[in-house]
Amino acid sequence: MGHAITRRSFLKGTLTAAGSIAATSSVARAAAAMDKGEAIATLIDISKCVGCEECVHACKEANADKYPKPQKPFPKMYPKGVKAEDWSDKTDVIDRLTPYNWLYIQSATVDMNGETKELTIPRRCMHCTNPPCVKLCPWGSAIQLDNGISRIDADICLGGAKCQTVCPWLIPQRQTGVGLYLDILPAFAGNGVMYKCDRCYNRIAEGKVPACIEACPENVQTIGPRDEILKQAHELAASMNGYIYGENENGGTNTFYVSPVPFDKLNSVIEKGKGKPHLAAVSESMGTGDKLAMAMLIAPIAGVVGAAARFYNMSKKES
Amino acid sequence: MRLNEKIIRYIYIITFTFLTLTGFAQMPIFKRYHIADIPGLGWLAQFYITHAMHYIFAVILIGLSTYICVDYILNKPQGYTITSRVYAKSIIILGLIITGGLMVFKNLSGTPYSPFMISLLDLSHLTLCMALLFYFILLLGRSVRFY
Repeated sequence: MGHAITRRSFLKGTLTAAGSIAATSSVARAAAAMDKGEAIATLIDISKCVGCEECVHACKEANADKYPKPQKPFPKMYPKGVKAEDWSDKTDVIDRLTPYNWLYIQSATVDMNGETKELTIPRRCMHCTNPPCVKLCPWGSAIQLDNGISRIDADICLGGAKCQTVCPWLIPQRQTGVGLYLDILPAFAGNGVMYKCDRCYNRIAEGKVPACIEACPENVQTIGPRDEILKQAHELAASMNGYIYGENENGGTNTFYVSPVPFDKLNSVIEKGKGKPHLAAVSESMGTGDKLAMAMLIAPIAGVVGAAARFYNMSKKES
Repeated sequence: MRLNEKIIRYIYIITFTFLTLTGFAQMPIFKRYHIADIPGLGWLAQFYITHAMHYIFAVILIGLSTYICVDYILNKPQGYTITSRVYAKSIIILGLIITGGLMVFKNLSGTPYSPFMISLLDLSHLTLCMALLFYFILLLGRSVRFY
């Protein structure tokens, strides 16, 4: 059967090609930034997103090889009550984050200038500048690359889900029956592997853009050096009298959402829950730890001063 | 035992107890094994709380260890000899402070370590902790000196 070219598919193809060209130039700048050891970031213009889910399907296709292939039946886990998490029979779920779906479209119906409007928002890992998932992983299986991308090494992860608990958006998702824990103590430690968006780090290393950016027919996303992208985000926000999310959240991220509607308003209307992250303000998760780290520098000085004071007092008593 | 030594000993016991507890709490085990369900122990499953507590007790350990070392050098107490056991324990504690310090540095923003380095530090810190626990268990029932 012949493939009919409709006006819509032609326009979509043209826009995709234009988007690819724009994305390629931005990835060239991103590559240059990486060469200089700088972080790369993404700007997501919510006002452009039409919720077509092209990015979602492109993500699934590009990352299919990384998805879990669990062994069944799952080993029994102790104590009883430790639950297996199995998404292998629900790989087609795309309305939330799962181990088989690292990007989904969230929708928000809002009143804008007296009109009811539906906004669609691509949601995935924010790639924090100081990611708690990476910093607090007890095994070093979550890592941050020099270009700011955080990813989970499926060969090392034991699936304890600590990364999910410490993530302000609860992004990583677990699949049981896969990974290193099967070779260690599957009954007593570990529960699979955690999965999340890795910003197509392998494609970026090859000089390509992430699949979601390449596939977007509306040029919703722009990738490039963080400083440059942040500047663009501010310009865009100023041009639409809009708002930015991701610049200060959790101490800063490498994803900047720009919206014509305030994010607290969006957060109040989006569906939130498991695999469906919020859009609320987030304080810096690692901030307390960073302050206490400074105290560690003072501790040895305090120790020396204490011992010297004791020595002085004893010498005084003796004399 | 003089009052000064007694106080230091109790601070050491409390510090090591909490460092061990909060250190193991960095692994997601207390929730899985329902230890955090025991009334009063729920905090063991709160990663940010145990992380901050681990740092606080590490500050105390570093300060106290420095105090004891400098005090020993300055005052050279009569009748004290450093046995091989104490040397071994001191090396373990020094190793814990060094690996812990490097991990604290790793946790600061903008200090990405290689995956190999992170795993090496994690495993070294855990192994040294187990060695110190083993040391304390071996000396249980005897007149244990914590410094």
